[in-house]
Amino acid sequence: MRFSPLVGGPHAQCPVCRLVMKAPAERSEAPLACPRCGATVHRRKPESLARTSAYLIAALICYVPANVYPIMRSTSLGRAQEDTIVSGVVYLYESGMWPLGTIVLIASVVVPIAKIVSLGGLVVSVRRRSRWRPRDRAATFRIIELVGRWSMVDVYVVTILVALVHLGTLANVEVLFGAVFFAAVVVLTILAAESFDPRLIWDVLEEEEGRDVRI
Amino acid sequence: MRIIGCRECDAVVVEPFVPDGGAAYCDRCGGLLFRRHSRTIEVCLALVVAAAILFAVANLYPFLAFQMQGQTTQTTLLSGTRALLDQGENAVAALVFLTVIASPACEIGLLLYVLGPVHFGFRLPGLALAFRFVEQFRPWSMMEVFLIGILVAGVKLADLAEIVPGIALYAFGLLIPILAAASNFLDAELVWRRIAGEA
Repeated sequence: MRFSPLVGGPHAQCPVCRLVMKAPAERSEAPLACPRCGATVHRRKPESLARTSAYLIAALICYVPANVYPIMRSTSLGRAQEDTIVSGVVYLYESGMWPLGTIVLIASVVVPIAKIVSLGGLVVSVRRRSRWRPRDRAATFRIIELVGRWSMVDVYVVTILVALVHLGTLANVEVLFGAVFFAAVVVLTILAAESFDPRLIWDVLEEEEGRDVRI
Repeated sequence: MRIIGCRECDAVVVEPFVPDGGAAYCDRCGGLLFRRHSRTIEVCLALVVAAAILFAVANLYPFLAFQMQGQTTQTTLLSGTRALLDQGENAVAALVFLTVIASPACEIGLLLYVLGPVHFGFRLPGLALAFRFVEQFRPWSMMEVFLIGILVAGVKLADLAEIVPGIALYAFGLLIPILAAASNFLDAELVWRRIAGEA
């Protein structure tokens, strides 16, 4: 079932327990304390666009070494091999495990860059006070939040390999530099998504509708 | 008449009647407003108790063993993060510890702490604070991703040596749908009202 909104009114919503409360003024940025759960309530996440942009730029910078540098070195009977994110995917395809290969390809290569680009697009659209397809932009953000965590797969794979394969000269796996950058990309994009406030997409529409319903 | 807000677009609506098991979506942005489960506290408490037991098993026993030329190594969640520490990768070790051990543990523990008293009708200090932290830990709890990581690692090692799944792997397999069901059935609004003594 879908229910129509009563748009407007100077209100604030607790980010934790979602209690709706009166705000002193429509554009007020002063924090309130939630009377139900005690959390700090801002009408909009403070400095949302600046924080999101900063995390995205940092993630983009780390994305390059994360893909260029090898993430691990495996040694087996004196034969050493260094693997990047992409060569790990290629290995899965070559051994015929294309379903897993596809999951890792999407999770490790496609998702981080798609997340940086689409979240960057959302930031630009809000800055330019765009009124273009707000519902689709809201849906985009929902998907970004949902899929971001899956990029952690490769960090876990390296962790498990390192934990299992330490038989000295017989077989050994070491973590390399690229893994640190890759983990940084994942964390930075998650932080970027958490800093973005999707309500900003709707603010420009609300201003022009000018409807005002008191709580 | 109760006013609720959409988390995603900040639209404000009069809380609609939603039959048990149903959900309400925001008409403006299409976001989920809430799911209504009138038995949310009983069902979630049961699921979280099961999750706590499975989480303990998943942590105490190895999830994979690796056999090569007569030598065997096996790993638990904690020994996996320790192996990263031994290689000097402190940041990655901390990240893995946070997402696979600390966050799920806090989520499960705090949910028990909140839902138990709310269900049995006694008061413990800091219920609101505890439930706030549950919401804060959730995005950092990534056990389902770790399970896929185990599968990928297993495939990569399969032609090098023999891989033996451990008890913890089965515990993981059960834990993940149970945790997913618990967060799906959790009608946080009802829990908040009970904590605040409104209903």
